[in-house]
This record gives sequence, C-alpha cells and structure tokens, in this order.
Amino acid sequence: MQPLSIANDVFWLGDIDFESRDFHGYSRSPLGTTYNAYLIKDEKNALFDTVKEGHGPILLEKLRQVLPPEKVDYIVVNHLEPDHSGALPLLMEACRPEALICSPLGKKSLEGHFGSRDWPVRVVTSGETLSLGGRSVRFIEARMLHWPDSMFSYIPEEKLLISNDAFGQNIASTARFADEVEPALLRKSLSEYYHNIILPYSAQVLKILDAIAGQGLSVEILAPDHGLIFRRPQDVASTLEAYRDFALQRPRKRALIIYDTMWRSTERMAHALCRGLADNGVETVVLNLKQNHHSAVMTELAACGLLAVGSPTHNNGILPLVAASLTYLKGLRPKNRIGAAFGSYGWSGENTKILGEYLSAMDMPQPVDPLKCPFVPDAAVLNACEAMGASLAAALEKHCAAACS
Amino acid sequence: MKKHVCSLCGYVYDPAQGDPDGGIAPGTAFNSLPGSWVCPVCGASKADFKPA
Repeated sequence: MQPLSIANDVFWLGDIDFESRDFHGYSRSPLGTTYNAYLIKDEKNALFDTVKEGHGPILLEKLRQVLPPEKVDYIVVNHLEPDHSGALPLLMEACRPEALICSPLGKKSLEGHFGSRDWPVRVVTSGETLSLGGRSVRFIEARMLHWPDSMFSYIPEEKLLISNDAFGQNIASTARFADEVEPALLRKSLSEYYHNIILPYSAQVLKILDAIAGQGLSVEILAPDHGLIFRRPQDVASTLEAYRDFALQRPRKRALIIYDTMWRSTERMAHALCRGLADNGVETVVLNLKQNHHSAVMTELAACGLLAVGSPTHNNGILPLVAASLTYLKGLRPKNRIGAAFGSYGWSGENTKILGEYLSAMDMPQPVDPLKCPFVPDAAVLNACEAMGASLAAALEKHCAAACS
Repeated sequence: MKKHVCSLCGYVYDPAQGDPDGGIAPGTAFNSLPGSWVCPVCGASKADFKPA
C-alpha cells in the first residue's frame, strides 16, 4: 500500500495487521488492528511513533516513498509500548534523527525497553512546542492514558491531534477514515477498546478532555495510533463526547450474567435468572466463560449496570475461568454497578461467598442475597432464580434512577 | 507515619523513604507534602492518594 496523505504534507505510514487477535497481550482484537505512524513534511521532518516489531520494514518502505529516511529530523515517541516502539531501533538506524523526542516518563520507559543507547533523546513536557518551520508541534502529556509515559502531539496549524492509544479502535481494514465504515461498528470498536484499555484511567480521561476544551485546542483531525482516523468535525466531536460518556460510567438498565459450569446446574440457574430479569423489562446478555474471553466480558459489561456472576463450588473455591474474568474486570475498575452471585455446589458451598468478595472488591453492592443450590436445581430453585431476577430488575431500576437524580 | 497509595497507578508513598527524586526528604509525612507534589510515577495530584 502507498503512504496516505491525511492533510497537506501529513502522511499515514502505518501498517494493517489483519491477523492480530491478541492485543497488548491481555485483550482480544476480534477484527485485527493497525499500527499507525505519521509523518509531517516541513522544513524539518518529524515522524510520530513507529509500529510493532516485524512491521517496521513496511513503515520504512512507506517512508522512503515520501522522503529519504535520513531526512527525518525528529522521531517523536508518544508512548513506549512495543506495538508503537518495536520498530524504533530500525527507524533510529535508518533515519539517524537530530532528536528522539519523548516525555519525562517516556525517557524512563525508553531506558527500560532499550537499555542505554547513544540515541539523541530530548525530553519535552506539557505545553512545550517544537517548530518544524511552517508548522509546530505542541506536546501534551497524557499520563496514565494509558501508561505514565503517554503523550499527545498537537499540530495547531493543521488542527491535528495525534493521540497515541487514546481514541484508538481495533479495526483492521483498508479504510483509513472513520467516516468510511459503519457508525455502529465504529462505536462498538471504540467502546471495546476504551473498556479494555483505558477504563481504569477514566478520571484522567475527564481531565484531558477538560484540558482540550479549556486550552481551546481546536481539533479537526483526530489521529490515534490504532484503527481509523477521524477527519470530519462531527466525528471528532462525537468521539470526544463518547469518551466523556464512557468515563462517567453512568449505570445502564441492562444486565450481564457470566458463569462457568461443571454439569450444567449453574448454567440452568443462569438461564432462569435471565428469564426473571427479562420478564421484568431488563435486557440481559448471558455469557458462558468457556466460550467467551475475559475481554469480551468487559466489552459487554460496558453497557450494563448489573453484573451477575455464577460459579459452582469446586475444590472449596470457584472455577478458574470465573476467577480469571473477575480478576481482569477488577483491574479495569468498573464503577457504579450492582452485583449478584449464584451457583450450585455439592457439599461445602463456598462459591457465593467468594464471588461476593470479588464483587465487593469492585464496589458492587449486592442488593439481593446470593442464591446457591445443592447439586441440581429443581423447579423450586429455578423459580427462586426467576424471583431473584425480578428482585434484581427492581434494584437495577432503583440504582439507575438514583444515579440519574 | 501512614503510607498512602496512588489511586491511579498504585504507587505507594512511604514517609520513611520520602521521594528523593521529587525533592522530598525521608521522614516527611504525607500531610506535610507540598500541594504541588505529584505522584512520581504517573503525575497524579495529592488528592488522588488514599491511606494505604
């Protein structure tokens, strides 16, 4: 593929990874992803970020089609994670730039990833600008979005914000712009990405959105390092607004039931609980954790105000896939949700107590007592599960109303 | 003296160690840190810390 001009003398030099399904080593990218690098040609030429190792030769080839690599004066490293810096050694060797530019914490990450090298590192802090001649770059530290080193680069003359991981989406497509794909696909991918990568740092997201608004940064092109670029004002505005909405985590009247099961007892309880919720007006999704990766669970929880978790008791504990999903969810720090626990057991029955501890650790109150049943649920137990669903539907209604008032 | 943990990144401020890189001497209580002090790992403000 050719390098793509996204503005006057601004080029996308990234690569499309159609094969990727494992993102950052902990999340899924069911539609693949892209690694976006950008070049601005001016009196001084600047490359913003590189790509994952192995994709470097493609970036280098695209760069060569725009200008000889040795004409690159600056390489800006907005974030050191290897999907953006893996090809850095290759590019540093080919370009031999005047400066490698990163944030103060980027310098630490740089040394942590590449050891001490004789690279001409220049540290910049928030608000510093770099002149390229006709245009300039203003750096905005975006600490914890999503690593301490994360930084945005803003080019006021182009109203272009290169935002690194923030506002990314895992979509592998030859389409490069957000307005070229289905809006529903884009919104889902933006949400999937936010909730699996950015969610723990929602407080920082609100701060940076306020900073963008407060500093009067006019953004007409929003260029993240994964997925599609936003080039229409309405797309930029709706993306910034979507991030505010995600960060606020207002509870939704929608429920997610996750479970694992041994001999289908807990599965039957999950489905009875689902009936109880649905019959009382709550749209509910049930995910069996044997078939659904923990990142798919988080993607679904994004739009749910209630999380019901089911596991049988197994060896005085809970099933490992349930523990894995709950550990992952807890790390992402979801807020403003209520919880519920259920499951079958044979003799000791520690399951719902342990599930409750996970829910408490996520600040999810349980408005309804946990429900557990010995061995196989009979009609009375399944009725109790449906009744639990009805009670949870009422509690969710109340929870959402309280959050909105 | 009590340790405090950063709610954003998990860094723990230990008064016994202070934050020498940030100019804070060992033995400085969390409450005695200047208002301008930020988390050395992620830049969060004092208000983002909770007692450990």
